[in-house]
Amino acid sequence: MLIKCPWCGDRALQEFSYQGDATVQRPAEPAEPTDAKWDDEWYQFVYLRDDPKGWHDELWQHNLGCRKHFKARRNTVTHEIADTGPMNEELKGGDK
Amino acid sequence: MKKYSVFSLARNALDYHENWTEAWRSPEPKPEYDVIIVGGGGHGLATAYYLAKEHGITNVAVIEKGWLGGGNVARNTTIVRSNYQLEGNAFFYEKGMDLWRDLSQDLNYNVMFSPRGVINLAHNDAQVDAFQRRGNTMRLNGIDAEWMTVDQIKKKAPLLNTENMRYPVYGGLCQPKGGTARHDAVAWGYARAADDRGVDMIQNCEVTGMRIENGKILGVETTKGFIGAKKVGVAVAGHSSQVFQMAGMRLPIETHLLQAMVSEPVKPALDTVITSGAAHCYISQSDKGELVFGGDIDFYNSYAQRGNYPIIEHVVTAMCELFPAFSRLRLMRTWGGVMDMSMDGTPIIDKTPIDSLYINAGWCYGGFKATPASGWCFAHTIAQDQPHDLSSEMRLNRFETGHTLDEKGVGSTPNMH
Ligand SMILES: Cc1cc2nc3c(=O)[nH]c(=O)nc-3n(C[C@H](O)[C@H](O)[C@H](O)COP(=O)(O)OP(=O)(O)OC[C@H]3O[C@@H](n4cnc5c(N)ncnc54)[C@H](O)[C@@H]3O)c2cc1C
Ligand SMILES: [Zn+2]
Repeated sequence: MLIKCPWCGDRALQEFSYQGDATVQRPAEPAEPTDAKWDDEWYQFVYLRDDPKGWHDELWQHNLGCRKHFKARRNTVTHEIADTGPMNEELKGGDK
Repeated sequence: MKKYSVFSLARNALDYHENWTEAWRSPEPKPEYDVIIVGGGGHGLATAYYLAKEHGITNVAVIEKGWLGGGNVARNTTIVRSNYQLEGNAFFYEKGMDLWRDLSQDLNYNVMFSPRGVINLAHNDAQVDAFQRRGNTMRLNGIDAEWMTVDQIKKKAPLLNTENMRYPVYGGLCQPKGGTARHDAVAWGYARAADDRGVDMIQNCEVTGMRIENGKILGVETTKGFIGAKKVGVAVAGHSSQVFQMAGMRLPIETHLLQAMVSEPVKPALDTVITSGAAHCYISQSDKGELVFGGDIDFYNSYAQRGNYPIIEHVVTAMCELFPAFSRLRLMRTWGGVMDMSMDGTPIIDKTPIDSLYINAGWCYGGFKATPASGWCFAHTIAQDQPHDLSSEMRLNRFETGHTLDEKGVGSTPNMH
């Protein structure tokens, strides 16, 4: 599997480490830290995943290269990668 | 059911083995069952068997999208052990060891359970301490564990390299009662024995939806139409997230890929199971003579039942370091299976927020050894509508309440368990 680091270009899988689902969002801090809704948001953020069969937006790190983190849209059935990009950009492609 | 015995073997030899009956029926699904089990892997089949045998519930169907034993139950490296430290795990897996011992007699099917011992190698001082502590914990829980010196290990596995390597072997923790079993025989044996008690095996039938009204499940939509059920138990391993999505549930699970491989068959060379967590390799020899080995998962989410080359290379490198003699052997086959990696590395056997819908999932790469205990506890959970004592800590809501069972203490990183 070749992965395209947004900064270094196509590199072999062995240079990268997988960092998990890119769609989960760290909950925003509420006015009251004892808010039960906040507990539930943290539970969902830490533990629950969509775990899709198909296109998946995920985080990778080019740890044996430039060491930067980035996002990838990869198909979990075919292992095809539709797009990669920096953390602050939207991914394109795949039928997502 | 025609009993398998040395006499039936002799009788059938007389007519050239042409008149063996089928091991189980292949009926069309009935309109309704008392219990439907989704997934004809080891856990689904064992659950159906114990529902019939221990709880007298025989109006049961096992619904499998492919063929019985086409999933992980016949893709694993067949290692059976119960070397856990947390009490919520230890007694559950130890129940499994009890059931393994008599399983062939119980099912009238030779599952070739072979308690040849499982040895975890330690390669540094910290591992020696950790393994001895694990062994002591196991013994306090009444589970067999023995510390082995390098000399003792060498005696048991003479071909093992212990010195001429980057991280020499310092010793190992052995569970003598652990070992291997023939994985597909486990699926077939449970299927045949469950069928004999009236359970319907419905193969080539995929569950595509769940009919839920007023918070209660009424049955499942399948490629063979709607099938009604008073209760539904789901044991689909690597497809747990997918199937529970049909019930509107998100799970604390990610699906990952694990590969395994075998060498060409050779004469008996290794009569125990050797594992090295540090080198990322475990290895045993099958009765056919192949060396069966595997290592780490592929680390990224995957539903493909095939893996990537770097992991194969990594596992083979480790194997050659541990057993230089095996480097001369050809690799015969490699394959992969998709696994339900839970967020704390421990399985879930429980009821769900949906009435009469039950969950059996999160087996990571250790679910084969759990097959009998999992079926035992899941059947109880379904029949009694409450968890079994032995799986009472394997609850679905433990992540929400903070009662995770994290044997390694690595947190919610499913690919690290
Ligand atoms: C390479 C590898 C090595 C392993 N090594 C070991 C080991 O040494 N020791 C150990 O203890 N464990 C090991 N495991 C883990 C173990 O194999 C699994 O945890 C265990 O088999 C999972 O339970 P199961 O047998 O019920 O799963 P499976 O056999 O996968 O059963 C699940 C079934 O559900 C079916 N299904 C899925 N979706 C649907 C649907 N929508 N409708 C109907 N049916 C559906 C699937 O087709 C499948 O047959 C290994 C796994 C792999 C892949
Ligand atoms: Zn880079």
